[in-house]
This record gives sequence, C-alpha cells and structure tokens, in this order.
Amino acid sequence: MKNTNSRRSFIKNISLATFSAVALSGCKSAVFDKFLQKNFKTLSKKEKDNIIRDLEIKYKEKYGKEFHVSDKPEIDGTLFGYALDLSRCVGCRRCVYACVTENNQSRDPQIHWIEVLQMEKERGIDFPHSTAQYNPEKVPEKGYFYVPVQCQQCKNPPCVKVCPVKATWQEPDGITVIDYNWCIGCRYCMAACPYGARHFNWGEPNVPTAELNTEVHYLGNRPRMKGVVEKCTFCIQRSRAGKYPACVEICPVGARKFGNLLDPNSEIRYILENKRVLILKQELNTQPKFYYFYGI
Amino acid sequence: MNFIRFITGSIKIIFHGSKTYYAWLILLLLLIIWGGTGYSSQLTHGLIKTHMRDSVSWGFYIGNFTFLVGVAAAAVMLVIPAYIYDWKPIKEIVIFGELLAVCSVIMCISFIVVDIGNPLRFWHMLPLLGTMNFPSSMLSWDFFVLNIYLLINLFVGTYLLYCIFYNREYNKSIVLPLVLISIPMAVAIHTTTAFLYNALPGRVFWNSALLAPRFLASAFCSGPAILLILFQILRKTTKFEIKDEAIWKIAELMVYAMFIYLFFTIAELFKEFYSGTENILYWKYLLFGIGDHKEIVPYSWSSIIMGCIAFVLFLIPKTRKNFVTLNIGAVLIYGSVYVEKGIALIIPAFTPDILGQIYVYTPSMTEIKTAVMIFSLGFLLFTFLSKISIAIVFDNYNIDSLTRQK
Repeated sequence: MKNTNSRRSFIKNISLATFSAVALSGCKSAVFDKFLQKNFKTLSKKEKDNIIRDLEIKYKEKYGKEFHVSDKPEIDGTLFGYALDLSRCVGCRRCVYACVTENNQSRDPQIHWIEVLQMEKERGIDFPHSTAQYNPEKVPEKGYFYVPVQCQQCKNPPCVKVCPVKATWQEPDGITVIDYNWCIGCRYCMAACPYGARHFNWGEPNVPTAELNTEVHYLGNRPRMKGVVEKCTFCIQRSRAGKYPACVEICPVGARKFGNLLDPNSEIRYILENKRVLILKQELNTQPKFYYFYGI
Repeated sequence: MNFIRFITGSIKIIFHGSKTYYAWLILLLLLIIWGGTGYSSQLTHGLIKTHMRDSVSWGFYIGNFTFLVGVAAAAVMLVIPAYIYDWKPIKEIVIFGELLAVCSVIMCISFIVVDIGNPLRFWHMLPLLGTMNFPSSMLSWDFFVLNIYLLINLFVGTYLLYCIFYNREYNKSIVLPLVLISIPMAVAIHTTTAFLYNALPGRVFWNSALLAPRFLASAFCSGPAILLILFQILRKTTKFEIKDEAIWKIAELMVYAMFIYLFFTIAELFKEFYSGTENILYWKYLLFGIGDHKEIVPYSWSSIIMGCIAFVLFLIPKTRKNFVTLNIGAVLIYGSVYVEKGIALIIPAFTPDILGQIYVYTPSMTEIKTAVMIFSLGFLLFTFLSKISIAIVFDNYNIDSLTRQK
C-alpha cells in the first residue's frame, strides 16, 4: 500500500514538475509554439495563415517595418528554367549584389547566392583553375571568361535526397526550397550539392534595416535565422508573381534568360531549341534546369 | 524497485575511491568546464566561432564523430575472437566492450549535436514526431542504427551487471541473441557512417567503394588498442584475469587489420596517382599541400608515420610480446587513426571546395575546446561505468554488501 502511494505521489510530482516546466517556458508561449511548429509541408492552410500572420507581426516588432509575407503556391503548368549566355557575361557581379538586396542575404557575415568564377579561355570550363577572387579595374579581362554559378535547380537534386528531416524539397514548378523553421543545420545538403549553391548562416544574419526587402516569400527571401541553410529560389517571391528574378533584371548585357519550360513559345524554349546548351557536371546526373549557352 | 536499488547501489560506488581516482575526476571536471566555455560561446554566437565556412562546411566535429563510431564498432567486434579463441573471461570482455561502445556512441551523438546549427530542433529527425527522411537520407539511417546499437549495448551491459549484482544467473536466451545481433550491428554502424560520405558523388575524395572497407579496417586498429590497454590496467588493479596469450592474440589480429588497412590505402593511392585525373587534387592537398597551402600536411604525415611505426612494432613478434613496445604501438596506432579520421578524412574532401576554390581550414580553439569537453564527458562516463562494473564483477559488490552497509 505504501509502495503504491509513493509511486502515485511520484507520478503526481513528475507531472507537476513537467507542467510547471511547460508553464514556465510558456511565459513566452510564442517561443514554445515556434519550437513545436511542424514541417511547413505538413501544415494545413489555416495553420500556414496563422504562422504567416504571426511572422508579419514579429517582423514589424523586430525591424519596425511592414512586411508582406506570401506563401503563394506554384502556378499550374509552370516549370521554371534558366539560361545563361557565357559569350555575353562580362563578370561584373551586378547579379551577385542585386540578388543580395532582393533576397535579404546577410551582409556580415557575408552570404552570396551567386558566385562568379573567372576562367582562362585556354582551359575552358575548369573549376580548379578558376578564381572567384578577381578584382581588376575593368571587366572583362583579356584572355578570360566568366561563369556565374548559383543553384542549378536540379531535376534530380542531391541536396533534397540527403536532408535527414525533409526540410528541403522540390516544388511542382521545379524550385527547390527550404523551410528555415524546420532545417536543423546539419549541412549534409551542403556536402551533397555539387555546385556550392547552399549557404549556411554561421552567425546571426545581419541586414541593415534600411536595405530590407519587405516583399517576401515564406520559402524564399524572408529574413533567416542563425544556424540554417539558404539558397537561390529563382526569386520565388518574384517568379511566382510573374516577374523575372532580380539577377535577370539587373544583368547589363542581357546574358540571363528565364522562363517557363512548359511554354513552347517562351524565350527559354527558343534558346534550348536554337542554341547549343551545356549543363555543369552533367556526369553527376543532377539534371539541372539551369543551362549555359553561347549566344554569339 | 529492485532496479532502483541496483542503480542507487551503483551510484554509491562512484563516490568511493582512492585519491588518484578523485584526482582523475577533478581533472576531468576541470577539462569539462574549460571545454564548456568554448561550447557556450558557440551556442551564443553560432558556428561562426568554428573555422568552418561554406567552402569547408564540415570539419573537426564530424571527423571526431567518425572516429568514435569506429571505436564503438570495434569494441564489440572484439567479442568474435574472444569467442572463437575461447579466451577465459569472455563475459568480462563482453561487458567492458559493450560499455566502451555505449560511451563512444554517446560521444558520437554529442559530436553531431554540437555540429548542427539548431540543436533544439533535433527532434525533427525522429520518426512520427518529426519528419525523418527515411530511407532516402543516409544520415537518418546512421542516426537510426546508432541509436539501436546504443540501446542494445546499454541493455546487455546493464542486464549482465544487474544479474551479477543480484547473484542471479543471466538469461542466456535474452543475452545471447542480443550479443549476436550487436556484432553485425557493429559492422553496420561503421558501414552506414562510411556510406554517409560515400553517398555524395559530388565529393570525389569520398566517392570510392573502398571507403567502407577502409573504415572497418581502421576501426579494428584503433578500437582494440583502447581495450588492450584497458585489459592490462584491469589485470593489474583487479581480479580480472586475462592470459598474456589473449592480449598477444588481440595484437596479432590488429596486425592483420593494419595490414589490410595499409593495403587498401595503397590501392586507393595507386588508383588516384596513376590515373592522374583532376580528382588527384584532394589527395595532393592532403599529402603535399597545394601551392602555399600546406596546413594539413603535418597532420597527414604524422598519421602515416605513427601508423607505420605501430605496424612494425606489432608485426615483429619480439616487440609485440614485449609489453612496453606493445603499449607504445597501441598508443601510436590510436593516434594515427584519430588524426586520420579527425583531420585527414573530412578536410581534403572540401579542399579545394566544390567549385575549385581553396579555403584553408584547421580547427578553431572553440572546436578544440568543445571536443575536449565531449571527450572528457565520455571519459567521465566510462570511468563511472568501469568503476561500477569492476566493483560488481571483480570485487563482489552485490545486493548483500549493500544491505550489510546499512
């Protein structure tokens, strides 16, 4: 009898302790809710709406700016593709910085979703002999050409395959996205990606408030947190709204082309049919939807 | 209630010991605190406190993790020869092997926890609660097999001690199948860990079918090295009896493992250097450096030299049977494999990075401190578990002595 009593009181105490622990952390119930938030893909419409509303309030508090957070899904009948004209690219890196501002990438520590590599014309596309650290007065430099690399939006993405928690996936319109609230930060995807397209927030990301882009997508350019991976999403906030990605718009020489691969009249389809295209590291069978071509 | 008394009895043991024992505990505690300061600064500022960056996105932590998986695996695989050659104290070898495995797996998981950016989100990996990417991700496989392995070893170790504590015969029909399962599981954890790297075709340095066999061979060098020394200490300080022949047999088996490991490595080097493709770059960085970047060359050569000396010491019967040279060899091979897994396995796979750029990585002070913290915690746990097992297995500490104390 005594035994059962003590066991009962033990259970009582334990549940009390648990309850108070939960209650204590519940002082900031928002923190607790966020901790328990599920994988975005598994959420209902209502849950998503709530999360997004809360996010807008949180951003308002944190940055003092009105954010518009969207979770706009894919448009039926779209599969985005990208083409980059190697004969036109001059290596000015304007795409790199347009991308940074559009997508709220951290300035310090610095994150760039696009890396432009300078390659020797004599060698052709040769990564080990390329350099990202070129800094002349004027580009292009004689004897060199430039290969900008960003997420290749593979049809067979190795990063998605290896993620242990399904925090990253390919959307029906072909864009590989990340749920920043679900990513555990193991960086297995970074080890798997053959294009160095994935970037990690090693420290607290830092964007000057004045430069924040407030037009954001949940799976794209919303402000990120420390310890998660991020990547190019073809500017999901723009492309799903019928606009070009920021890098396409800024390119001063028109080397960047973007469109719907399923639309036979699109510019991207014209390029695939009329130009000779190549993809990077085709031997890995990642099947990029990011094509390189020679326009002239 | 019986089990609670077993636990309280065990806890009592760990607080009684000689001055040396307490000095050891204090040393470990100091190291844990010192290392903990590193980890706490990483927790506040993020992984920016490490030297890992986008180019080299995995480093020292993952290397340590890999090494410890090997230790965990080899500790239990030693049960096979113990059984085949009928070494007398097989039960004791099983107990200590399993306890070492338990500590190593706990350290492995700790290294993963400190490596991830959001440790609080660890539960996302769990089946049902989270969204485990099973069977697609090798990391979820690894997590899965490591945890099962941990549970099996924890259960068998505890159960055997529990039975001895209560002067009971253990139930063979429970223990035997579990021990038999734990042996292929030991192979499985190290193979899965190798597949974790193997599964990335973009990283050509790891993309060799020999990776898993090399892992197993190297584990069979480093894991028994620890037990070899442990058995000698136990033999000196307790009633544990193990014949010299058994220890020499372990050493002999280690020679085979070293030979196989050496052979695999040479096969790998031949293929890479004779083919002379672009992929040779990673091996070049490891062994000779690229241009002025020779930061990890001293590590790789120290590992090679330590390994070769150990091989020679173990190969020659005279030095193998001399306990001084045998122990030197054991320490050397342990060091060799530790450097190989900790530094030489991970860093060259990322240098030059996937787009051919060179970012030089060596562990930061924070990483070293955090690793010291985990190792000290692991040693502390192993000290406690060994202390308990020694008392129960050799010093007849049992339920009666507990009641007598009262």
